[in-house]
Amino acid sequence: MAATMELGSETDPRNATFSISDEDHTLGNSLRFVLNKDPRVAFCGYSVPHPSETRINVRVQTTGVPARDVLKDALNDLMAMNQHVSTTFNRAVETFKANQGVNELSMKSGVTSQHSGSVKKP
Amino acid sequence: MADASSGEHEPELPPHLELQRTRVVCAPDAPSYTESVQYSGAYMAYGVDNSLRIEDFCKNLRVEIISMNEEDIEFDIVGIDAAIANAFRRILIAEVPTMAIEKVYIANNTSVIQDEVLAHRLGLLPIKADPRLFDYKSEEENANEKNTIVFKIDVVCTRKGERVLNSSVTSDQMKWLPEGSEMPFNTMTKFTSFGSSQKNLPGLPAEGISCQYPDIIVAKLRPGQAIELEGHAIKGSGNIHAKWSPVATARYRMLPEVNLMEDIQGKLAEELVQKCPTGVFDIEDVGTVKKAIVARPRNCTLCRECVRGTDWDKRVQLTRVKDHFIFTIESTGALRPEVLFTEAIKILNEKCHRIITELS
Repeated sequence: MAATMELGSETDPRNATFSISDEDHTLGNSLRFVLNKDPRVAFCGYSVPHPSETRINVRVQTTGVPARDVLKDALNDLMAMNQHVSTTFNRAVETFKANQGVNELSMKSGVTSQHSGSVKKP
Repeated sequence: MADASSGEHEPELPPHLELQRTRVVCAPDAPSYTESVQYSGAYMAYGVDNSLRIEDFCKNLRVEIISMNEEDIEFDIVGIDAAIANAFRRILIAEVPTMAIEKVYIANNTSVIQDEVLAHRLGLLPIKADPRLFDYKSEEENANEKNTIVFKIDVVCTRKGERVLNSSVTSDQMKWLPEGSEMPFNTMTKFTSFGSSQKNLPGLPAEGISCQYPDIIVAKLRPGQAIELEGHAIKGSGNIHAKWSPVATARYRMLPEVNLMEDIQGKLAEELVQKCPTGVFDIEDVGTVKKAIVARPRNCTLCRECVRGTDWDKRVQLTRVKDHFIFTIESTGALRPEVLFTEAIKILNEKCHRIITELS
C-alpha cells in the first residue's frame, strides 16, 4: 500500500480524501489548521481511523481548484511557517545569550563597585 | 459589505466576538470559547477575513526567551495557533531521536535485581551522546560504529575490613567501549563489528560518551555478589519507547490575563490579595485609599479562587490569550533544549516534505 493515497477524486478533483500512513494528530491537526485557513477550502477535516494503526485520513473539499493542489500549497505554507518560527527562535536565543553575557559582566563588576562592602572577605 | 470595500479602515469584529476569537474566558463554573476559530470564512458576515497569509504570520510572530540553561528553556511564542504549538510539543516528546540502551548481554548477575529489571533500568539511563552523529539500526543490520554505542559494567562487591566496597552500582561505573563489544569472551566474532574506533568519530566531544548523570543508582549489591554485563545503545524515538524521549517534559500554557472589571478598593482589595494563593494581586496606595492592582498575571494558575464567592465574578475576569504560549522544555541531557526545539521544527518540515514528494 502506498504511503500517501488520494481517494475519491476520480470523477471530481475538487473533493478528495488523502490517506497518509505513518502520521498522527501531530501532522493531521496542523494540516487541518492550515487548510481551514485557506479561503479556497470549503471543507476540511481529518480522522485517525484506528488508534493502533498510524494512519490519518484528511478530507479536503475546495471551491474549484483541485484538492491535491490545495493540499500541496498547505504543506508548503506549513513549511514556510516552520522556517520562520525556526529563524525567529534562533534569533531570540542569540539575543538572550548576548544579553546574558552583558548581565554576567555587569554582575562581576558589581562585586567590586556596588556591593564591595558585603562581598569582600578578609 | 459596502463599508468594507470603501477602504476607510479595516473592518473589525464587534468586541464580544473579538473576545471569543482571541481569549479563553475562565468563568467560575467552566472555561468557555476554548476552541480556536479556524475556518477562513467564519466572520464573512462582518467583512472580516479569517484566512491566514504567510506575510501576516511572519510579521506577527514573536519569540522571547525567558530563561535558558543546559537543561531547561522557557520561552514565549506569540502569534501561533495551538495546532502548530501542539505539533512541536508532540514531536519533542515522541519523535526527536536520542540514544538509549536497547540490548543488554548479561554474563553474570548474582544480585537480587532480576536480569530483566536490571535491563529495564539500564535502558532508562540518559546517554550523553549527540544522536545526530549516529544512524538508525534495523533489526537485520549488524552493529557497527555508526549505529551502536557499547557500555560495560563489571562490578564485584567485596568486604574490606569494616567497609563494604561497591555496595551500590552507579551510572558512572558504566564504561564506554569505543572499540566495540568484548563479548562473547574467548571467541573471535563479537556481538559488534566496529570498522574503526568510535573515538575517531567526527563531532564527538573530547570526554567521550557516558551517562548524563554520574550518580544514578542502577543496582545494590551485598558482599560476594557481582554484576557483569554489556549494554548496547541504539538510536530511537519516544513513540517506540519513552526511554528514547529527549525531554523530561515539554509543555506549554496559554498566557493568563487577569482583568479587573471595576475599581476594587479598601477591604475588598485586601480580601482579593488574600484570596489569591499565587500572589497575582498587589495593593497600591492611591492617596488614602488602598486599590487592588494586577501585579503578576503570569503567576496565575487559573485556580479561579478570585472569581469564587458572591459578585466576585463581576469584579474579576480571568482569561487566557489563545495565541500566546509559554513553552517549557526540560531536556534529559543529550541535546541542549534550544537545539531540541529546532530539531522538532526540522522533523515537522520533513513530514511535510515527504508528503509533497509522494503526491507528485
